[in-house]
Amino acid sequence: MTPKLIVFAILAFVSVVSAVWMISTRNPVRSALFLVVTFLTMAVFYLTLGAQFIAAVQVIVYAGAIMVLFLFVIMLLNLGAPQALREPGGLQRPAAILLGAVFLGALFLSPTLLSMTSKPLAPDDYPQTAAAATMQGPPSPTAANIGTVETIGYNLFSPSLPWLFPFEATSVLLLVAVVGAIIMAKRQV
Amino acid sequence: MAGVPVSYYLVLSAILFTIGVIGVLIKRNPIVIFMCVELMLNAANLTFIALGRHFGQVNGQMYVIFALAVAAAEVAVGLGIIVAIFRTKETIDIDEINLLKM
Repeated sequence: MTPKLIVFAILAFVSVVSAVWMISTRNPVRSALFLVVTFLTMAVFYLTLGAQFIAAVQVIVYAGAIMVLFLFVIMLLNLGAPQALREPGGLQRPAAILLGAVFLGALFLSPTLLSMTSKPLAPDDYPQTAAAATMQGPPSPTAANIGTVETIGYNLFSPSLPWLFPFEATSVLLLVAVVGAIIMAKRQV
Repeated sequence: MAGVPVSYYLVLSAILFTIGVIGVLIKRNPIVIFMCVELMLNAANLTFIALGRHFGQVNGQMYVIFALAVAAAEVAVGLGIIVAIFRTKETIDIDEINLLKM
C-alpha cells in the first residue's frame, strides 16, 4: 500500500461521496458546493498524473469561475430555498438509479478498463540550458515534463502542430459565447 | 516505482460519469442538471489525462484544455438561457418547461 495509492483512495472516496451528495441534496447551493469539492479533488488527480498546468487551470476556471457563475445565477433566481422544487416521486428515481447501474455495468464491459497499468515513462532528464534556450523541437516527453507549461505552450503555439488552429478558434468561440450570454440575459434586445 | 495503475483512474472516471448521468435523470432544477453535465465533462477530462499519461503523450492534456474552454463557453450561454426562461415563465421546474414555444 504505497502512499500514492493511499492518497488516491482517500481522494477518490471524497470525490465520489461528494458527487453522490451533490445529486441527492435538494438545496442547489449545497449541490454547487459539493461540486466544487469534486472539482478540487479532480485538480489533485491531475497533479498526480503529471498535468500541473491543467490542475491549475481546473482550479482557476472550473472551481473559480464556472461555479461562481452558477452560484450567482442560483442567487439571482433566488433558488436557495430547499423547498422550492419538489423532487420527482414515483418510479423516476429508482428507474434512474437502475439505468445508471446498467450504464456503469456497460462501461465495465470494456476489456481495457480494468487491465491498464501505468507504463513508467522515461526518467527525468533536465535538458541542457543551451538546448532549452533554442527550443528547436518539442520537449521530449519524460515523466516530469509532459504537463509543464513549457510543453503545453510549445504544443499550443507551434505552427507545425495541429493545435494552433483550435486555439485560435477557441478564442473566437469565447467571444461568441460572451456576446450570446449578454444577449440572452438582456431585458430587451 | 509503480504509481497508481491507469485502470483506477478510468474506473473512477466511469463512476463519476454515471453519477452525472443519474443526476441529469433525477433532478428537476435545470441549474443542477447543468452541474451534473459539468460533472460528466470532468469525468471525461480525467479519462483524457489518465490515458495521455499512460501513452506518454501530451495530446490528452491538449484535448482537456479545449474541452475546458468549450465547457466554460457553454456554461455562460446556458445560464443566460436559464435566466431568460425564468424571466418569462417565473418557474424553472423542468417538468413545466415542456413546450418549445412559450
